[in-house]
This record gives sequence, C-alpha cells and structure tokens, in this order.
Amino acid sequence: MISEATKSQGSYQNAFQTLQANGAGPQRVPWIERLRESAMERFEQLGFPAVQEEEWKYTNVAQIVRAGFLPLTATGEVSAAVGEQQLAAFTYPEARASQLVFVDGLLRSELSSLTGLPEGIKAVDFATALASDPFSELLREYLGRIVDYGDNGFTALNTAFIGSGALVVIPKGLAVETPLQLLFLSSSTKANLAAFPRVLVIAEENSSATIIESYNSVGADSYFTNAVVEIVLKDGARLEHYRVQDESTESFHIANTRADLGRNSSYETTSINLGAKLSRHDLSVVMDHEGAECRVDGLYIIGEGQHTDTHSVIDHKQPHCTSHQLYKGILDGKSRAVFNGKVFVRHGALGTDANQTNKNLLLSNEAHVDTKPQLEIFADDVKCAHGAAIGQLDEDELFYLESRGIHSDLARNLLTYGFAEEVIVRIKVESIKTQLDEAVLNRLHARLEA
Amino acid sequence: MLEIRNLHASVAGNEILRGINLVINKGEMHAIMGPNGSGKSTLAKVLAGHPAYEVTQGEVIYEGKNLLEMPTDERARAGIFMAFQYPIEVPGVSNAQFLRLAYNERQKHRGEEELDPLEFKDLLKERAKLVQMDASFMSRSVNEGFSGGEKKRNEILQMAVLEPRLAILDETDSGLDIDALRIVADGVNKLHTAENATIVVTHYQRLLNYIVPDFVHVLAAGRIAREGGKELALELEEKGYDWITKASTANASTNGTSIAVG
Repeated sequence: MISEATKSQGSYQNAFQTLQANGAGPQRVPWIERLRESAMERFEQLGFPAVQEEEWKYTNVAQIVRAGFLPLTATGEVSAAVGEQQLAAFTYPEARASQLVFVDGLLRSELSSLTGLPEGIKAVDFATALASDPFSELLREYLGRIVDYGDNGFTALNTAFIGSGALVVIPKGLAVETPLQLLFLSSSTKANLAAFPRVLVIAEENSSATIIESYNSVGADSYFTNAVVEIVLKDGARLEHYRVQDESTESFHIANTRADLGRNSSYETTSINLGAKLSRHDLSVVMDHEGAECRVDGLYIIGEGQHTDTHSVIDHKQPHCTSHQLYKGILDGKSRAVFNGKVFVRHGALGTDANQTNKNLLLSNEAHVDTKPQLEIFADDVKCAHGAAIGQLDEDELFYLESRGIHSDLARNLLTYGFAEEVIVRIKVESIKTQLDEAVLNRLHARLEA
Repeated sequence: MLEIRNLHASVAGNEILRGINLVINKGEMHAIMGPNGSGKSTLAKVLAGHPAYEVTQGEVIYEGKNLLEMPTDERARAGIFMAFQYPIEVPGVSNAQFLRLAYNERQKHRGEEELDPLEFKDLLKERAKLVQMDASFMSRSVNEGFSGGEKKRNEILQMAVLEPRLAILDETDSGLDIDALRIVADGVNKLHTAENATIVVTHYQRLLNYIVPDFVHVLAAGRIAREGGKELALELEEKGYDWITKASTANASTNGTSIAVG
C-alpha cells in the first residue's frame, strides 16, 4: 500500500515535471507557476489521505492511488471526439446557450455557447481571463486563496495541475436569469485519465445568478475527477449553485467546494450525487460577514457497488447569519454513504440561526450509512438544531398504497420519490427536477429488472 | 361474494381472531361491532391483507377465489377496499396523482381504458362532490396536514373513485364531528348498491343511525358472539358490551359456534 501510494505520487510528480517542461498558457504565468509549485510541494508532503485520518475514516482512496490515473497533458493522448448529440444529453435546456464545456479537464470553445447570457457577465477559461484586466487581477487575488490546499492532498494535487479552469464574474448589480452551466465531461478515451476541473466564481455586490456545475461521462470507463470550486459572494450578492455529479459508475470523483459569503449575501446550493464508484465532496460555507444566509441541500442516490461521502463545514463567524442544511440519501444494493456535517457557531456570532438535517433511506439490507452531524456552539443567543435519521420504507405506508391496488414495486417507488421530493421540490431549475424524478424512477426500475 | 370460514389470525404471536365465520352477499350492508380489543379492526386488516397479521387457520373465499393467497394490491384490484381508521400520510405524492395511479391500475386490471391527468381531473371533481371536498385537496400530498375529518372524507373519496365490490370501513366514524359524520355516511350510502357489499366496523351505534345495516355482528374475544338485525345495535347502545362479552365467555366454554349469516 505504501509503495503503491509512493509510486502513484511519483507518477503525478513525473506528470508535473512534464507540465513544467511543456506547459503552456496559464501554466506559464509566473504567479500561477509559483502557486502550482507550492501546491505540488504540499502534495508531496501530504500524499493521499489515509483511513487513519479522522476525516477519511470511512472513505478509502486506495483504489484511486492504485489505478495510477494521469492528466491528459502527461499522457500525450487526445480526448475522443464528442458530438453535439452526445453533448445534448448532458446539457440542461435552460442553459443551451449559456454553457462552458470542458472535456477531460480542458475547455472546448467549439462545444461551448454563451450567446444566451446578458452582457457584462464573464464566463471564460483562465487563459482568456489572464489576457485582460481586470479579470487577470481578480484571478490573481482569489485563485487558490479561498480553498485551502494546505490540509487536503487532493486539493493540493488539483492546484498543482491548474490549467484550463473557468472564471465566472457576475458584475455589480447585474441580475442574470439564465442559468450558466459548467459542464465537465469525460470523453472515454480509455487512457485512465485524471481531470482537474477548477472553477472560480465571483459574484460582485448585489448581483444574482444561477450556476449549474455538472459532471458526466460519455462512456462507462474508469477515470478520476478531482475538482476544486472557489466561490466568493460580495455584499448583497445572491447565488444559486447546483452541483450534479452523474459520473460513470466505474469512475472516481473527489471534489472540494468552498463559498465565502459577504454581508447580507445569500448562497443556495444543492449537491446531487448519482454517479461514480466512489465520490467524496468536501463543502465549506464560511459566513464571516453579518447577515449572510445559506441553504445547503443535498441528495445522494446510490446503488450496488457505490460509495459516496459528504463532509461539510458551515461556519458562522459573525452575528445574524442563517444556515439551513438538508441532506437526504437513498441507498440500494450493497452501497455505502457517509455524511459528516459540522456547523460551527463562533464566539460572538450571536443571533445565529442554524439547522442541519441528514436523513437516509435504505432500500436494501446491504446498504450502510455512517452519519455524523456535529454542532459546535461558542456563542450565546443562538437558535440551533440538528438531527440525523436512517430508516427503511414504512410497512404501513406500503400497505396503504398497496391496499389501493398499486403494485408493490410501484408503491415502493412512490414512497422513495416522496422521500426525495423534499429536496427536489426546492430546486428552481425545472430540467434538474425532471432529471431527478427520472433518476429516482429509473434506479428503482433497474432494481426491478435485476 | 365473501365467505369467511373458521378464521384465526395472530399479530406478533398473539391470537386475535379465534374462529370467525361470516358470509356476505352482494347488496348487503353489514355492521361489525364490538368492544376494544375484540378483533374487529384485525378482521378488517386481515381481509385487506395487512402483512403484520398472520392467518393461522381457516379460509376466506372471495368471489370463488382463495383471498388469503392474493397479495394486498391484487385484492384491491379485484374490488376489495378498506377505509383506514388512521389514514397514512404520503409526503411528496399528490392526492390526484395517487388516485389516478390507483384508478388506472384497476382499469388496467379490468381491461378498461386508463385516464390521462386531464380526464381524471374531471372524474375526480365529480366524485369529490360526494364528500364535499374542495379541489385544493387534490393537489396536496396524500393526507399530509389533513385534519382527522378531512382524512376520513379522503378515504371515502378514494372509495368513490375506485368503486369497490366489497368496501370495509374501519372505524370510519372515530374522530368525526356530527357534520362530518353525516357527510361521510351520506357518501357511503350513495356508493352502496345492489351490486356491491359494505362492511362497517364500528365501536359505537351512532354511525348506524346514518348507515343502516342489514346485519349486525358483535365480536368478543376474537369470535362472533352475537348476530342480529339493526335492532341489535340499539340493544347494545342501551346495555353496553358487557352482557355480550360475559355471555361469550360462557358460550366459548361450551364450544359453541357462530351462525353464518347470508
């Protein structure tokens, strides 16, 4: 194991050296080069997380280490062609003319379209951003400074391979109705690829926007996505952020998201986890300014052979901030889910309103959940609540539906849908709702055929 | 239509029904009464197919078929309907959606035409008048946030939509005020025809002022202890259940059997 980890670490080091020698564009910009070097150094020190570490107790990444995934830039391979029809399957209709498409980690302008966005909003790759002020300055100010790569080997590794990322800037006071989709697609080259998606979103004062961050695969092969998303909300900004992970069930997905909330800003996020053999999402929402509010929802629906892990931190540092977190999970087959949610209410954060709930529905006897909601309060005059539940479909509810002539399978299906609906109903992008309705139905359908 | 022979049933190892015999013909209205714990709700649930109840002896023949071998949903599609004493809340599933699914399952079973949401809406609107239910209940989740009376009316609405051959009303009167009781009873009476049968399970005679039974069966300790016409309910109202339960114990010790009615 140790030798495998060392070997894999070594292959990333070689890939990094290749990049140092042949890298182009953003990778050649001196400050980015320094950031990448420092991150690589940190990765060499940290290595991959091990199950001995408290934060990784239930999620063993040995398979990722062993597989020896490599970034496209180090393999000399090219992405398989992605046709428009293939792409259409992963595009949300609301974002047909407002999407940036990344294939195997690299921006593909010819597949992207931004004509549906109003003037003023900036959605570009890092190379374009670096070529123009003030965006190059914004990038320099925030990139790598929101998410901390100092304590997470995966985040350090992503930072070391920064290249074709996405910068989104919503200017002051602009309200953008059309959702912007950032689509990260794996092209199925069968080359054991690692992709390092990187996103920086800056919502300026009193702006509002909706972003859909989605991960999909054209094929069903094994690959590794290691994504980092940094979000800054300035005072009074409002952001709706949907994250839909629907990777190939042979793939590995590791992601780290952090949002820093300005005064009276509002961040609403829903994280959907459907795919990947193993997925892990670290999510931090930091409220270091008064009056910020966030809604942090999640839904994971997994089946045979899948493992999903969410570690979230919601940090109330200043007075009068509000956070509502609801994560729901549906597990079938031999699968495992981990939920670890920390809510901190720091000294002086009076008037905090925080609640956190994690509920899990087990559809099989082999499904397993480890849930740990944690509330740490260091302030007075706060309103906080948290709870977790793990259960199975209720016999009386099933009987009720069946007693009306509804087939037992359909009855299970309806009740499962009803369980997920609490999260789905709050989603404001219709086509994501539809996708989830179908995900619940299809998963159960597959179960019936199995 | 229905013949129950020497039915014994247990829940969690406790025998609740200890030899029920009962015959129900179409066009009949039967009342099953009895004190708490006598087994009347258990009988209703066993007929509907609740998985928690185990039949240990006896048989139930429904329209020539062995009812006990049929799964719950199949029984429902074959025309058996139980109105629940405590209707279950189903969050996330709208009343209209739920009823249309159930209705179409039955239509499919009968080889009849299924209805699309718009067609079904018209049917639902018409049937909802029967129990004076507002259209706003249709878009709400099944029974979620309904008052006790609204839940009971919703049960009768389901019955009106599904048009069962055999309806079993389990303590439908419990928790209803007099106005709601009238509405529910009126609905049940209108749905009762010469082609179907109704079993009303109740503790109190009160409901039978509005739904007049052809036969009254009184359960005690898991057996039918006494049977008669509607006047038996009035006698019970006057004397209480004590005289029957005492007689029943004596009866049981002499190994008496209940008489089938039909």
